Amino acid sequence: MGAPLAILNTENKKGLALISAPLGYVIAMLAVPLAAILLISFWTQDFQTFDTTPTLNNYREAVTDPLYRELLFRSIRIAGLVTLVTVLLAFPIAYFISFHVAPSRKSLWLFLITIPFWTSYLIRVFLWKVILGFNGVLNSGLQTVGIIDEPLTFILYNANAVVITLAHAFAPFAILPIFVALEKIDRSLLEASQDLGESKLSTFFRVTLPLAMPGVVAAVLIVFIPTIGDYVTPRLVGGPDGLMIANMIQVQFLRLNNAPMGATLAVIAMLSVSLIALLFVALNRRYLRGSR
Amino acid sequence: MKSLRTYAILYLIFLYAPIALLPIFAFNDATIIAFPLTGFTTQWFTELPQIPALIDSVKNSLYIAVITAILSTLLGICAARAAAKYSFRFKRPIMGFIMVPLVLPEIIVAVSLLVILLQLGLSLGAWTVIMGHVLICTPFCIAILNSAFQNLDPAMEEAAIDLGETPWSTFRLVTLPLVSPAIISALLISFTISLDEFIIAFFLTGTEPTLPVYLWSQLRFPARIPVVMALGTILVAGSILLLILAEMMRRRGLRRAGLQDKGGFL
Amino acid sequence: MTALIDLKNVNKYYGDYHALRGINLEIAQGEFFSLLGPSGCGKTTLLRTIAGFEAPSDGTLHIAGADMNGVPANARPTNMVFQSYAIFPHLSVAENVGFGLRKAQMSKQEKMKSVEEALDMVGLKGFRGRAAHALSGGQRQRVALARALILKPKVLLLDEPLSALDKKLREQMQSELRRLQRQVGITFILVTHDQEEALIMSDRVAVMFEGEIAQLADPQTLYKRPVTRKVGDFIGVMNFLPATVKDAAAIDLDVAGLGAVTIAEDQAPSGITPGAAEVGIRPEMMSILFEGEPDRGQITQATIKDRAYYGDMTYYDVDIEDAPKPITISMKNMIGRPVLEVGDTARVSWDARSLVLFSA
Repeated sequence: MGAPLAILNTENKKGLALISAPLGYVIAMLAVPLAAILLISFWTQDFQTFDTTPTLNNYREAVTDPLYRELLFRSIRIAGLVTLVTVLLAFPIAYFISFHVAPSRKSLWLFLITIPFWTSYLIRVFLWKVILGFNGVLNSGLQTVGIIDEPLTFILYNANAVVITLAHAFAPFAILPIFVALEKIDRSLLEASQDLGESKLSTFFRVTLPLAMPGVVAAVLIVFIPTIGDYVTPRLVGGPDGLMIANMIQVQFLRLNNAPMGATLAVIAMLSVSLIALLFVALNRRYLRGSR
Repeated sequence: MKSLRTYAILYLIFLYAPIALLPIFAFNDATIIAFPLTGFTTQWFTELPQIPALIDSVKNSLYIAVITAILSTLLGICAARAAAKYSFRFKRPIMGFIMVPLVLPEIIVAVSLLVILLQLGLSLGAWTVIMGHVLICTPFCIAILNSAFQNLDPAMEEAAIDLGETPWSTFRLVTLPLVSPAIISALLISFTISLDEFIIAFFLTGTEPTLPVYLWSQLRFPARIPVVMALGTILVAGSILLLILAEMMRRRGLRRAGLQDKGGFL
Repeated sequence: MTALIDLKNVNKYYGDYHALRGINLEIAQGEFFSLLGPSGCGKTTLLRTIAGFEAPSDGTLHIAGADMNGVPANARPTNMVFQSYAIFPHLSVAENVGFGLRKAQMSKQEKMKSVEEALDMVGLKGFRGRAAHALSGGQRQRVALARALILKPKVLLLDEPLSALDKKLREQMQSELRRLQRQVGITFILVTHDQEEALIMSDRVAVMFEGEIAQLADPQTLYKRPVTRKVGDFIGVMNFLPATVKDAAAIDLDVAGLGAVTIAEDQAPSGITPGAAEVGIRPEMMSILFEGEPDRGQITQATIKDRAYYGDMTYYDVDIEDAPKPITISMKNMIGRPVLEVGDTARVSWDARSLVLFSA
């Protein structure tokens, strides 16, 4: 890909000039603050003043204290479970829209699926609390109908509730990338597979699914990464056993006035997320190759 | 295939169940949110305008959302235009980097901004919330605007130049009208995101809370829940209205450009 | 007469890629000129260089005597019909056609009148109120033409304007474009990869390969006397036979399968030397001799190896002794001419005047 040097330079300049505004913004508002977080994680705080002598104490504490460790592992576990549930629930929907909905109605279905996502997150999460609660909609409804006598208790103020609520919140994020990947599949490939003697089911596993994998991988990442850092859902429906790392970060920053510890936890959370994401991408490399 | 359709409908019910409950309990005259329903009332809606703190938070949120929408759409136009029209060094990594806020946990964005703002000694307020909101809204704007700028046939602009227009008048007479539906769509989407966003506002708001932050403070009081339900109903209805508007804009844009509809927002 | 368009030693580099290699070209006022070549040969780059969308890396370009170096596209006396037509979808047909008149010193009525005239000229009378996105492909093309011609450019540049149309419409537009060009008298420069189109429409054609002009000639010369084997192969169908130059002065040849033959000076490239060379001959320049038909001077024995029946024509591949590969011959089907079967023997008649010699 080349352009004459002079043109390349003017193109280069114009492009860079135009991109410099959004790029500068992201550097100032994201890269610099993230660097600051990293820096502060090596400090200590005594009430309102920072002690800027670099130390690894925060990291030592974060790794050794069972409370932090438990919160981190739980966050990863819950996020993983949420991702699994969300993607498993989403795949058939994406498949249905891509393969069984008339082309003219596809955008209507996509629209229907994205609408709930754009309505107030806070209120949606709170409504799950209302639905799942001891005297909530589900329990009172089931009791009125007479299916159960005692309210179900395993569905609120624990990790299950977090999983259900987040699977709901991140549904469109999982459906859309899978849908896009499925749409890209040349339909004649499926006919070719059946023509070569595969059944509909084996065609799905040997052709459709491998070709849809880039979408599935994208869906997994898009759901997993933000879920780990979710604050509202664990706080509202998680109960003490459903709290996650974000809640602890918030507590460190706003309640305990221990920004360095909060920063350390944030850094560790980010590192874990990146590590898991990279590992996941590496494992799925063969599906992603040549998918561009 | 039939079972797949049934599943799809069940899934839609799952998606809409929480939102469907909003109006049901917003018009129910019991303070406890549970079945069976007790009776119809509009009391919770009439109470809304009588809460000054609520009105203030709504005003604050609208102010933040409008400015966020304008700023992030402007940044989005720069990025989408650069990506579609020019090739420059490190284009892919730069574009990828700008989209990072889309996948970063919002709590990280919130605390890192908080730390830097406090270190710089800036006081928290509407503008600090706007800073954070612009950061997370810009990638959405870029995603929407990108396809519009990419779909623009480069020959359109060349034709205008060929017919005697300057680069600037070409942008005004040809480019802008052709991408304006996407611009409006980007404005509406970023406005909606900013209006709904909680965690960044929670960290970066000063003494004047935004609407979600105010709502959060009210969720602790059971007596306030029916009013919250009424407010939620209004918010959801408003969001859906804006979305339908944004979608209509997007489709109009496609029709104008004479293109096939290739799907939703993202 | 000075040329309207004058390119001198124009080069264009994209990084290491040499897109235009020392182009020298003069195009006269009122000419219908075509740039013909396969994709990637540089013809579109050359057109865009004339339009001002690409700057030459070196060399000069003059239009009507004025140096175009540093003159932007919007200030050049050229207008373009784009391959995609680039009809502004948000404007009406009239607004599209009148787009270039925005800054013209004309009253609104005058502008309207000139839009009407332009639409009339391209056969779109009564279309001015239509929305642009409701037009068919052929109509878009006419709007694009009207929009460019309304500015009365010195040169109209057409970038593969017919490639998006179906065959029938394309043929109709070919004759219409030709008529239009004669009517307005403006120089047209057409870029095309379709050799037939170039031959039908142009006064002169430049055949381009790999950034260079391989041959610049009128259509008949181009077809009858291609200067290289590559040009002969690109334009129409041509049979190639190995040959030996026996005598370079008298141009005595020994052609595989055809035997000893002497050709005229205009059938050979300049500066030939004795030794290996190649001879080309078009399928219609040879014929199978049927009962009672006059021969063309030379006769060679052949066997039908394959045949393709086209309705009005039959194409035969015939084996000729000593020829390394079969030769294609086209025959018009007519009363009294049977269609031969594979394996039949036939006498092939040809004329030494229709041979073209290429140096190896």
